[in-house]
Amino acid sequence: MALLEIQNLNRRFGGLQAVNNVSFIVEQGMIKAVIGPNGAGKTTLFNLIAGNLPANSGTIHFNSKRINGLKPYQIAQGGLSRTYQNIKLFHGMTALENVMVGRHIRSRAGFMAGMLNLPWTWPEERKIREKAMEYLDLLGVADCADTEISNLSFGQQRGVEFARALATEPTLLLLDEPAAGLNIYETVEIGRLISKIRESGITILLVEHDMSLVMDISDEIVVLSFGEKIAEDLPHNIQQNEEVIRIYLGDEG
Amino acid sequence: MDLLKRYIPVLFLLALVVIIQLVTQFTETTYYLTQLTMSAYYSVVVIGLCVLMGYGGQISLGHAGFFAIGGYLAGALTTHNLLPFKEQGLVVFLDKLGLLIAGKDLYGGDLLTVEPWAACITAVLTAGIIGLAIGGPVLKLKGHYLAMATLGFGIIIYRIALASGYFGEADGVSEVPGFKLLPGIEVSGSFGARTLNYYIAWGMVIFGVILLLNLIHSRVGRALRSIHGAEEAANAMGINTARYKLYIFVLSAVFAAFAGVFMTHYNGGIGPSEAGIMKSVRYVAIVAVGGMANLWGALIMGIVLNFLSLRGVFGSYDDAVFGVILIIIMLFAPEGILKINPWQKIKSLFTLFMAQKNEESAEN
Amino acid sequence: MTPELFIQYLFAGITYGIIYAIVAIGFNIIYNTTGIINFAQGEFVMLGGMIVITMHAFMPMPLAIALAVLITMVVGALIEMVFIRWLESPSVLRMIIITIGISILTREVALHIWGESVRTLPYFIGNEVTSVSILGARISPQVLWVIGVCSLMVAGLSLFFKFTSLGREMRACAANRRAATLCGINTKNMITLSFVLSAGIGAMAGCVMSPITYSEYDMGPGLAIKGFTVAILGGLGNSVAAVAAGLLLGIIEAFSISVLPLAFKDAIATTILLLILFIRPHGLFGSSEAASLKEF
Repeated sequence: MALLEIQNLNRRFGGLQAVNNVSFIVEQGMIKAVIGPNGAGKTTLFNLIAGNLPANSGTIHFNSKRINGLKPYQIAQGGLSRTYQNIKLFHGMTALENVMVGRHIRSRAGFMAGMLNLPWTWPEERKIREKAMEYLDLLGVADCADTEISNLSFGQQRGVEFARALATEPTLLLLDEPAAGLNIYETVEIGRLISKIRESGITILLVEHDMSLVMDISDEIVVLSFGEKIAEDLPHNIQQNEEVIRIYLGDEG
Repeated sequence: MDLLKRYIPVLFLLALVVIIQLVTQFTETTYYLTQLTMSAYYSVVVIGLCVLMGYGGQISLGHAGFFAIGGYLAGALTTHNLLPFKEQGLVVFLDKLGLLIAGKDLYGGDLLTVEPWAACITAVLTAGIIGLAIGGPVLKLKGHYLAMATLGFGIIIYRIALASGYFGEADGVSEVPGFKLLPGIEVSGSFGARTLNYYIAWGMVIFGVILLLNLIHSRVGRALRSIHGAEEAANAMGINTARYKLYIFVLSAVFAAFAGVFMTHYNGGIGPSEAGIMKSVRYVAIVAVGGMANLWGALIMGIVLNFLSLRGVFGSYDDAVFGVILIIIMLFAPEGILKINPWQKIKSLFTLFMAQKNEESAEN
Repeated sequence: MTPELFIQYLFAGITYGIIYAIVAIGFNIIYNTTGIINFAQGEFVMLGGMIVITMHAFMPMPLAIALAVLITMVVGALIEMVFIRWLESPSVLRMIIITIGISILTREVALHIWGESVRTLPYFIGNEVTSVSILGARISPQVLWVIGVCSLMVAGLSLFFKFTSLGREMRACAANRRAATLCGINTKNMITLSFVLSAGIGAMAGCVMSPITYSEYDMGPGLAIKGFTVAILGGLGNSVAAVAAGLLLGIIEAFSISVLPLAFKDAIATTILLLILFIRPHGLFGSSEAASLKEF
């Protein structure tokens, strides 16, 4: 079933058409990649889907519900999570606390219950903490749990951000350049991790420049150039698509 | 357990409160209790503001306004005579509900006023509603605009207090009666009740601290901190940041209002200066010095600075002192006084100085 | 309302309005070059008035005014150099609190030098009952001085920013500080200059308005609020709009006396401030895109 449906999406910044009449579908359970040279509109696309930017025209449907026009927190509550290329972890909080915030929409204790420290919140807090540790462990950064995030390495921060996004138990996960800054071995690791995530039932849409990763794990690839979709196909076909090769001008394949 | 760790400082505070009271009793310096009581009420405002500024990430230059709303409403309702209006529907209705009390004024005339509990609830509710009403639009603003909007709010409250006859214009409201909390426990300035009121005030502080500590360590507290840490990402995690910011704003307003109500009954009155900009600035200064995300720091600073100020230690330089504190802390210790490492600070200042010197000589 | 009264109110409105506009322009100049809102802006006006009154006891008026403006400009430079210059990318909150602290400090110093008493400069021409007749209304010549001097300042500033190289450098600094540095512009000095300019025009306004509005140590914050309201009303950073906005506020305030009790006059500016912030923070004449351009 089509989990995410993007139809005729448009977004303009002044004179620049950043996203130009883009349409595609992400089926449930698949890993779909969006690639394209710098400036192709990939980040803008992500921001449109996540609700950070309003579209000029077009629609985005998630789980058969229209989400363009909703606020980011509403979209997140609907089961869509994302990571950021430049890592947006919560400053002043530890890795564990960051991931615990990821559990926010999966828990209930509100203002009153919190202030009065009502007993029913105690097991919930414990569960939040345990689950958060599980996710940190999954990402291999469990030993960073009590470290404030600005004291972590880039790789560790990346792991924490992943854990945080997973902690929300999303239906669809948006990954913004997950392999940025990683070496070959780390990239392979990330690829394995992403596949594992998909096996647990989460659909994935990723933006990525690293072609080996993209070709390796994606079920389908969408290629953008100057805001337009110029191809959408299986990885193997994309590799041989003349148009794609041309816009990359001999990029690594 | 984690829970106990959290409350240990509270127990220390409680012990300290009792010890100080006993010390003043033995050294026959019980007059200190008065200023300590007032400092306590000001500190209630401070801790609420601290959570708003430190964890909510919002500045408020008008919080004295909420204190004033609480104090003025409670004061006015419990002193103004409704007897001339006793035929009117609303008055009859309130009387039926038992919210009015009959008494005598200073000159032996008959008096019909609102019962302190009802006045208190009205005052705090009003403050909360006003906070809700202006919080929405105000919190959408950022930086300077937010600061100015809260400043503007504080000024409007001050102007209303100063200009309105109902609130006593420049003289404020006076002869506010005591506030009977429970049989035998009354918030008032009467001489014999000094120790009792000291404990009432500190009871409020401790209760407030417990509530806020709980909040900070709860799911909501985490969400607030995340908003402060990276607001966009907080939204991406499903947190309705606008609503949370509003709630914490209203909460801090309610804290301030409660403090205002109780202080007014304690002092027997309230004046426009309590709503003034200088008071608001003072609260912000205290939170800044104590460390904006540091509840205990803010509390300690609140007590110390207010106590010194009330005792007149700063003399005619009172406002200047807070001004200087603001500048010095913001220049040298923006994270608050308790977070600075003196040697590191000196080292970094030195490095900065040398770097500037090198820059200048390189330019020549 | 008689035509004479109308003219009276109108001139009162224009007088105060243009003073508010000067304060607003002072805000804008500093904001444009540094991104800081200088909460101590009103204190520059206060200093101008207080210093000129003190100086006038020893020297003729023009000299006293020149000296007052000069001294205030030095104070402005000192404030910048001592408190602002060496901060590395401070947060907005920090800057707000620092400038508030500076405002309080300046006021307290003024209090201890000059006391609480309200002082006034003698009228430039005649005294408080001298008046000229304009369109049938009796207007004090001092009003014309205020309007004249302030208008000259606004015109002078426009010319300065448009046609002098120093003015152009300041605008470059405002538009993009890093690029300006790369062009060899000494941005540090530009920032100091912006403080000096703001202090100067504020002080000048303080001097000419003193006979009409009197001067006291505490007059800063009220003016600052109104100046800020005007700056926002016109669009922060836009000084031409500030003049229009200032006149608008001044006139509204002046005519409000005929419908509202006097005590509420000051609340008007604050209410307008809140309304604008809530409804249209980029001001009547600004667009949200232009607001991010920060030009003079």
